[in-house]
Formats: sequence, structure tokens, C-alpha cells
Amino acid sequence: MDTHKGILLCGEIEKGTLAPITMELLGIGRVLADKTGQELSILLMGSDIGGLGEEALAYGADKVYVAENPLLEHYHSDACTMVAADLCRKALPSILLLGNTDAGRDLAPRLAARLQAGLATDAVELDIDPDTGILVVTRPVFGGNALASVMVRKVRPQIATVRPKTVKPAEKDASRQGQVIRMVAEVDSSTLKVQVVERVEEKVEGVRLEDAEVVVSGGRGIGSSQSYEMIWELARLLDGAVGATRPACEEGWISMLHQVGQTGKMVSPKLYIAVALSGAMQHIAGCSGSKCIVAINQDPEANIFKVAHYGVVGDYKEILPAFMGKLKELLAK
Amino acid sequence: MHIIVCVKQIPDPEIPSAKFKIDPATKKVVPPAGVPPVISVFDERAVEAACQLKDKNGAKITVISMGQGKVADVVKHALSMGADDGITLQDSAFENLDSYGTAYVLSKAIQKIGEYDLVLCGRQAADWDSGQVGSILAEMLGIPVVTIARNIQAADGGLRVERVLKDGYEVVQAPMPCLVTVSNEVGLPRLPTGMGIITATRKKIPAWTAQDIEIDPAQVAPEGAHTEIVKLSVPIRDVQCEIVTGKDAGEAAVELAVRLRAANII
Repeated sequence: MDTHKGILLCGEIEKGTLAPITMELLGIGRVLADKTGQELSILLMGSDIGGLGEEALAYGADKVYVAENPLLEHYHSDACTMVAADLCRKALPSILLLGNTDAGRDLAPRLAARLQAGLATDAVELDIDPDTGILVVTRPVFGGNALASVMVRKVRPQIATVRPKTVKPAEKDASRQGQVIRMVAEVDSSTLKVQVVERVEEKVEGVRLEDAEVVVSGGRGIGSSQSYEMIWELARLLDGAVGATRPACEEGWISMLHQVGQTGKMVSPKLYIAVALSGAMQHIAGCSGSKCIVAINQDPEANIFKVAHYGVVGDYKEILPAFMGKLKELLAK
Repeated sequence: MHIIVCVKQIPDPEIPSAKFKIDPATKKVVPPAGVPPVISVFDERAVEAACQLKDKNGAKITVISMGQGKVADVVKHALSMGADDGITLQDSAFENLDSYGTAYVLSKAIQKIGEYDLVLCGRQAADWDSGQVGSILAEMLGIPVVTIARNIQAADGGLRVERVLKDGYEVVQAPMPCLVTVSNEVGLPRLPTGMGIITATRKKIPAWTAQDIEIDPAQVAPEGAHTEIVKLSVPIRDVQCEIVTGKDAGEAAVELAVRLRAANII
């Protein structure tokens, strides 16, 4: 294992610039590299990387591997796995970090298999164990209801994917020096087994649930799609988005696209209003990142009161009209 | 078309989060009393995706599940949804495997099954949320992999798969055999039918051991694990819920609005 040294990052390029996750990887990568006295390198794959290699140096890398090929213009699972695995076999990094993004989620386990390495996904915290020098990765499990710390002791590289927006991004220092290595990234299109036919960008109407500052969600206790109208009304009043629990969606009161939870959307608004929902583990998984949770439920023992900041016990049909009435008055001021 | 679906049994995620307990000493989850485990929600969608392909194109669906105890129940659930055959993989050697070890055991079972066109897995298990097994399994089987699918159609002798992306989706064409991991966007899983439940109850579900699928003991030994959980904890929520009251519901509601305004939340 002493044959493996250094930290390698798999950077991402978005619309011709370094993606935010790349700066975050460089941020945490630099911290870990300084702690262990190792070199920090980064791999950039794309069709036209231009000066982004130099840019990555300024953001903290000691060495940048640039792999350019028209086939790498967008993330391609087979092509990127090939290029990244090749580099890992030559560079023999001890630690390999990727983003827990569309690309990283796909690429990391394939690399772990090809390199017979160890992988921990969706890291929210990364540190070095002072006794062994091994990377300790902390990741949410059970939909965020628990945290597990994972170590890779016996195989190399130690691979982790880092959840976006959880580590401090690197800051630019144009005076930093380093080396940009242009790799020969030969990707034979005939070896690509899966072909990308098209990419479709989808626009959503109104406020995206994931970006909303206010989310109002209803649960099984709402009772009907007609009654769900009150949830929509409250959301409109607060310029928020409408969420729902799995049972509410399964009842057909609202489209599945509004489901918040482990099998739905993950939201982290400033205000999450949970109406007539009990707070199943899988639902809390989707909203526990909210700054403030308000619970309205008839059952004072409902689990949702255990995670909420404010609660009102009672029938939502009596509470919401009065609440909205007062809100209108307050918001008009 | 022969489809193999890998499913996992997990603690029911519908329990209240306050009932979720762990044992930090053993780094394991304490199963909630009286709540039977269920099929992992993403794996249930993988069964649904298989059933959709069967409805449209005709297919034979074989479900496999590695686990202990009542693991046959999740296989039966899949059978009652429309799968044709089920196999469990049960052996004390299969306990506490990491993603790599799990993928290895599944790969050996799939090799024993023999001929197949498509392997489906959930995008991640809804307990440990790792999202590794499908891709590692595909690499071990030496077949192409497409991850996080929201739609799978038979097309041009292969499969046309829509992959979920942050801002939309991507359409890919994959040859068969291949492995696809399925996301929740594929649609709600169908409810078991009465006939399905009867058929599932009568069906013999063989239980394969390590010996049956020629497992190399070194590959599943604890010393051979690639990853190790060194700590498991429940995040401390220092939240004290402020219950807002009034002489009736209406008054409490007005008070709630006032307090949220005072706290600068709205």
C-alpha cells in the first residue's frame, strides 16, 4: 500500500468553467493533502479544456491531468471510467475524491470495482485518522437518520464521493505554481458499449421544490384532493412550493413530482410547514435540512413534533384559515 | 427476455423517525420491535420496471435476495407483483458484507442462474444509501451498466433507457445483456393482486448457500472487506418544539403567525 501516494480529485467542468463541486473538491483536497503532507492532483476530462488546467492550479492543485477528447464533451460512463481508471493505475493515488453528483455517483462505484478499491459515497465530512493516516469519511445513512463513519484500511485507493455544498470551496490564488500534464486520452468509440442518444433539459413551472424558500406539505391526514387545495393556497400566499408525503401522492391527491422524502425530493427551505403528516422516517429524510419546521397535527404524540421548531395541535381545517387570515394581514404591512 | 432483479430486505422506512434506534457499540441498527422488514423501496421500483417490460414485451422475471431471517418475504412480495421465480441467498458467511462483498455474492448467484438479458437493481438500498452494488456487480459480470433509470424500453435489440439528471434526463441505448439501476421516477410499484399473492405463497423459493454458488471464502471474510464502518451515531437534534396554544384552534393559528413573524421567519 506504500506504493500508493497522493490525493487525486476527479474534477467536473460545467459550461466551459470549473463546476462549483470542483472548487469544493479542491478545498477539501488541499486540507487533506496538507494534513498528510501529500501532493494534490486533479483530473479534468472534457473536449476543450483550454485554460482550466491553470485555473485548477490557482485553486490549489499541485498537478493537473488534462484529458481531452471530443467523446468526453459530456460525461460518458464508459469513456470516463476508462480514462480515470487508466490514470489511477499509473498515478497510484492513495485517496481519490469525486463529487456526489450525476457524474460522480455513476463513476465512483465503477472505478471502485475496476481498481478493486474501497468506496464511501455521499460524504459530508472527511478527515484523516491521526493514528493511521487513513481517510475517515462520514456519511448520512438511513435517509439521514444516522451518520456512519467509514474507513478503507486494506485496499487502495480510498475513494469517496463528496456531497455538494458540504465542504468549503477553495479560494483562488493566481500566484500558485504547479504542473499541467496533457494526457493522451485515447477513447476508441467502438469500445463504448452504451451510446448517449440525447440529453434533455427540463424546465419546471413556478418555484422548483428543491430551490424553494418555503415549502408547504400535506400528508395522509389531509383526506382528499379537494382539501389539498388549502395547502396550495397557503403555499401561494408565501410564494412557496407545494410538497407532499408518499401516502398523499399514493392516494392521488397530488402528483408524485411533489413528493418529499427518500424516494422523492430532498428539500432544505427556510420554512417547512408540515400539515396533517405524522413524520415517517423516510419523509423526515427529505426535509430535515429545513431551517425551521412548523408542524400542524391533530395527534399531540405525532413524530413530526419531535423534529419541528413550532407546533400547533389541532385540526388543520380550523387552523389553516385563521393562520392564512393573520398571514395576509402581517404580509400586507 | 430473462430479467433478474436483485432485491434487499430493509427496516421499514415508514416508521416514525423517533423509533429509529442504533446500537453504537455494535455499529448496527436495532430493528424496530413489531415492525416487519420490507423490500427496499428502490428495489420495489426495480421489480415494477421489470413488470412493465414483461407487460409490454413478455419476459421471465427471476428475483434474488441475499439476507437472513424473513428474506423470503421480500422475494414473495416481488412474486406477488408479477415476478416468476425467486431465490434467496442465505448463509452465515453473507452477514455484514460491504457493497463489494454483496456484489460478489450476487455475481456468483447470477453466474449460477446462467442465461439472462437484463439485471435490475434499485439505485441504492434505502437503508445504507450507498448506491454501489449495481455498478460493482455489472463490472464483476463484465456487462454494461446504466445507472439511475426512470424509464426502460426494449428498442433495436437492446434497451433505450432514460437516466435521471439534476436538470433533466439523458437517453441512452444499451446492448443486452446489461445492468440497469432503477430510480423512484420509474413510477409507483403496482399493488400485489389476489392471484399474485396466492401464486407467490405456493411458489417454492430455493435458498442457496455459499457452497451452492461456489463462494471463495476469502472474498466474504471480514478481513477481506474493502470498507469498514468505524462509527455509527444518531445526529443530535437540539430542537425543542414550541407548541403554540390558544383558547381555540383559530387563536392558536393567529398566535403561530405572530410568532413566526416576530422570529423573522415569514
